[in-house]
Amino acid sequence: MTGTAARLAKIFLRYGFKIITLLLAVSIVSFVLVSASPVDPVQQYILSLGTTVSDEQRAEIEEYWGVNEAPVERYFNWLSSLLKGDFGTSLLYRRPVIDIIGERFVNSLALMLCAWVFSGIIGFALGCVMGMYKDRLADSIIKKICYVLSSIPTFWLGLLFLLVFAVILGWFPIGFSTPIGVQESDVSIWQRLHHLVLPALTLSLMSFANIALHTRQKLIDVLSSEYVLFARARGESKWEIFKRHGFRNILLPAITLQFASFAELFGGSVLAENVFSYPGLGSAVSAAGLNSDLPLLLGVTLFSALFVCVGNMIANLLYGLIDPQIKEAQE
Amino acid sequence: MESKYDSLLEIHDLSVSFKMYDKALEQTDLQVISDLHLTVRPGEIVAVAGSSGSGKSLLASAILGILPGNATVGGHLHYKGLELTPERQINLRGTEIALIPQSVAYLDPLMKVGKQADGHKKPYPTEKRRGLFKRFGLPEKTENLYPFQLSGGMARRVLVSTALITDAELIIADEPTPGMSLDQALEALKMFRELANEGKAIILITHDIDLAFEFADRVAVFYAGTTVEVADTEDFRRGPEYLRHPYSKALWNALPQNGFKPIDGFQPYAGNLPTGCLFNPRCPYATVECRMKTPPVTRIRGGEVRCFHAT
Repeated sequence: MTGTAARLAKIFLRYGFKIITLLLAVSIVSFVLVSASPVDPVQQYILSLGTTVSDEQRAEIEEYWGVNEAPVERYFNWLSSLLKGDFGTSLLYRRPVIDIIGERFVNSLALMLCAWVFSGIIGFALGCVMGMYKDRLADSIIKKICYVLSSIPTFWLGLLFLLVFAVILGWFPIGFSTPIGVQESDVSIWQRLHHLVLPALTLSLMSFANIALHTRQKLIDVLSSEYVLFARARGESKWEIFKRHGFRNILLPAITLQFASFAELFGGSVLAENVFSYPGLGSAVSAAGLNSDLPLLLGVTLFSALFVCVGNMIANLLYGLIDPQIKEAQE
Repeated sequence: MESKYDSLLEIHDLSVSFKMYDKALEQTDLQVISDLHLTVRPGEIVAVAGSSGSGKSLLASAILGILPGNATVGGHLHYKGLELTPERQINLRGTEIALIPQSVAYLDPLMKVGKQADGHKKPYPTEKRRGLFKRFGLPEKTENLYPFQLSGGMARRVLVSTALITDAELIIADEPTPGMSLDQALEALKMFRELANEGKAIILITHDIDLAFEFADRVAVFYAGTTVEVADTEDFRRGPEYLRHPYSKALWNALPQNGFKPIDGFQPYAGNLPTGCLFNPRCPYATVECRMKTPPVTRIRGGEVRCFHAT
């Protein structure tokens, strides 16, 4: 199947080119924004040292960091070390940015993956129920829940969960990804999961309403189509129609939506991680922003752009695999 | 073949209306079929002719019980001598009554047509379906195609196959031939004739009046949601003087080979129907009576007609 291999290679080349140009654009824009920020990184750094610094020392730091160089020059310095694989060192954590991203990403990935799978499955299932029982009691109840959930801000829902499940009921810890005062190596998988439940729940409740409502509408469209009318004329029951035609035809848009939701998921995780003091990329990025930790901020920004891009790319590729019409167009 | 029933399907005074909301959000009933009658006997092909909007396709949905939820059905439907209740419709559709729909839009865009034609009932009649596809001249690879990959004519043949696969005793074919070549259309109609000879019945909803005349036993002419005349096909072949209703005569005269002569006016839309005979605003013979009262079904010279002045 050299034809398939060649086609795949072509697709990846095309996406690769797109992603690289996009990352370049993102890096330029965020560099400009960060340069325009009123927060002085040197001042922040000196503050974080906790000691007073003489003017000469301050000038030395500025010299060492290259603060006085032209922004364009600084950008190219940063870019050229980036191309060599050096993301720089975080001012806040005093460690290489790439290590921090790697470590935080694992935490975030666990959180986002849980939320993503949970919201996808629950959202799709509830959307199907609503579509099948349109305008009936089940539909109107679930629909109202969806409306309410999609209008609640993430952090507020997170706080509410903390209050109810962590403070009042005490079922879950109030924050972090591991128990306090326990060696990293001694933390069991159950303890990690226990810490993951509330943030993951918060995050998934944010996005499932969207998927449920979209799936509902799509299923209603499918059920009022001519091919479903014909299926009824052929004696298919409601359930058979769902199994044979409904599911098949609503799965595609649901999958696209699910992969395209990576961006929202990432945005939501910033808020959820902050509320739960969960050490993921989201809390790292807000810490980096507040402390003017440029290397870390830029690193995470690039990384999240890549993450969202990959999500969209997977959605596009899956579409081509699943939808025969697009498959033929690609061939 | 002798049958236990005089008529397979009998329709009397059928009416279909839709609940609609007008601009002021007032609920109104939109009458689309009124006082419609039709009888289909085992072993015959009945063509239903009439222009767009005369209620032909809705009749098919009413018989199968697949009208939208906002539709109200009145009148009487009898199948094999018994009232055709919604429960019976559910049991009969796809088994005893089969529909051949109008266009490729009635096929699931994401399901291969072979699987789709096989239907949902197990065991799948795959062998029988392959035979039908072959008979219709569909290439073997057709079964692995998706509906969007079919030509118009192929789609029609697939749709016709979906009905012929069943052992339905009543087949309602809604415009089955457009898009087919003449040979394919003739083949399809020949198969309908064979089925009719086996004692089954076909309702052939069609625009293609020439083909209908060739293959149908009787022709029912619809106008604005009602049956104006039911006549033997023979009467249509012989000419307008053998027809009973002024609209049927006008329809005959409007055919290309008969002079292509149109009459003034147009078919009234649902919601804007005249009182009395629905054809009276366009009828050269209309009298006061026609404007006041709906003419009853009268039997004249072996046909049925709704007209006070029919002879």
